[in-house]
Amino acid sequence: MESNRLRVNLAGLELQNPTILASGVMGFTAESLHRVAKGGAGAVVSKSISAEPRAGYPNPTVVQAEAGLINAMGLPNPGIDEYAGEIEYAKTILRVPLIVSVFGYSAEEYAAVAKKAVKAGADAVELNVSCPHVEFTGAEIGQNPKLLRQVVEKVKAAVSKPLIVKLTPNVADIVVAARAAVEAGADVLTAVNTLKAMAIDAETMRPILSNIKGGLSGAALKPVALRCVYDIREELPDVPIIGCGGVSDWRDAVEFFLAGASAVQVGTALAWEDTDVFQSITKGLEVYLRKKHFGSVKEIVNLAHRS
Amino acid sequence: MSTSLIAANTIRTTEIVQVRTESPTVKTFILPDRLCSKAKPGQFLMLWIPGVDEIPLSIMDAGNGLVSVSVKQVGDATRHLHGMEAGAMIGVRGPFGTSFTESRGRVLLVSGGTGTAPLLFLAKQLSAKTERLSFVEGAKTKDELLFVRELSGVCNEKSLITTTEDGTYGLQCLVTEPLAKLLDRERFDMIYTCGPEVMVKKIFELTEQRKLPLEASLERLMRCGIGLCGSCVIGKYRVCRDGPVFTASQLREVKDELGISKLGFDGARIPV
Repeated sequence: MESNRLRVNLAGLELQNPTILASGVMGFTAESLHRVAKGGAGAVVSKSISAEPRAGYPNPTVVQAEAGLINAMGLPNPGIDEYAGEIEYAKTILRVPLIVSVFGYSAEEYAAVAKKAVKAGADAVELNVSCPHVEFTGAEIGQNPKLLRQVVEKVKAAVSKPLIVKLTPNVADIVVAARAAVEAGADVLTAVNTLKAMAIDAETMRPILSNIKGGLSGAALKPVALRCVYDIREELPDVPIIGCGGVSDWRDAVEFFLAGASAVQVGTALAWEDTDVFQSITKGLEVYLRKKHFGSVKEIVNLAHRS
Repeated sequence: MSTSLIAANTIRTTEIVQVRTESPTVKTFILPDRLCSKAKPGQFLMLWIPGVDEIPLSIMDAGNGLVSVSVKQVGDATRHLHGMEAGAMIGVRGPFGTSFTESRGRVLLVSGGTGTAPLLFLAKQLSAKTERLSFVEGAKTKDELLFVRELSGVCNEKSLITTTEDGTYGLQCLVTEPLAKLLDRERFDMIYTCGPEVMVKKIFELTEQRKLPLEASLERLMRCGIGLCGSCVIGKYRVCRDGPVFTASQLREVKDELGISKLGFDGARIPV
């Protein structure tokens, strides 16, 4: 049982606790998402879904780096028409909000997929404008403020549910993208997606990932993600931020709240801790808040911003 | 499996030390790898064929710093692998997943095709510890009936039953035929199986009707191998992390999918 201390509201999206399954992890089926929710997640995000099915890249698609993982899955997904059935089923078994991650190759496509996702029952939509390893979508949109604005505006006009925009750290100044997204109608920002990276094998003298380049996640990403959340919060004091990048325990989560996040996403840590990672984060958070005499997790948001 | 084994499990490139031809379509590859040489029967490894693919393979033998996998040529990746010789560089990570539990008493192992490989590994470990070890092995044809000599060495002559679909060796039938008779005639404390999923499903039905314990190794399209990507799910379970070895009670929970459907590369459900 969770206390009210951990409750958060992200632009109308009510969460029993501020831990969310990050997109891309275990999100193919309703049953997988349900299992993650039972592990203690306050909300779950689906795989990124597009208009048409995508098979993704051949293996290797995941490689372990020094302090994290590099992945280039290639956004495999069955397409929204097939996935709509999974969303509908998920809604009958999940007791936490279901956020559907969407991507497309044009603003119209993003909007069409988002609309179908909401129609099938999505409680919120997260735009993947930040995947670093697929051409003509993802980060190629998130790195271009003009394109980003178009996509967010189109989706905003198409759906009435909370609109989350997941940003890429692969930019000179993440605040530029954050501002463009918020001005175009984003209700919530997720910061951040993976950092573009690669792995090379010394013996065979080859890149390991079939796609050569992928995205770095896990502990190695955390300091970068923290800085991104902090930077956005300095310039945009009002938009709720979901911190994402290397969260694996309650202390990581607290650091993101202090930097300005209202919730955190967890992905790579499931490889080390499995689905119980959510429960251990929320338990630790609860103890931390009590010990520091805070009545709510909301009270610690931003506290690192003092000069 | 402990999660620390996943955290410390980066890809290792190593030289193939030996390649053995087992049948017209199956070769065994032996590699030096400290971590995988400690694998338990039922566990798998991810084999990187540089520049081609990375595929999950059941471990056929492990120990003394070496690990062996038996691979059937079925597609592009395995065709490349079959073209590799001793001395070639290959990448490995693992061992991953659950293993068969060690049962004493009277045990029965049932395999089909290359599913014989992990069960040979198990049989070798169990033979000294069990009261009686019986083995039923099936294949399409004599050529594909693997490890008959090795298995005869592990079980005594009378407790190895072989079947082929075309009758070129042993009984001409599917493994399930002599299995049903055996289950009615003798008492077993544990049944282990690995092979084509339709066969596993049939065996599961036979053991369920008789309320017998079963452990089955399953296969799914696999990508990350460490429980993250969700490609290899069956019901609420991930074959790479919660399996590949599942108990009868777990199989009951996924019987709507067992032998029926799996996820394709794009995550859509396709027939097994």
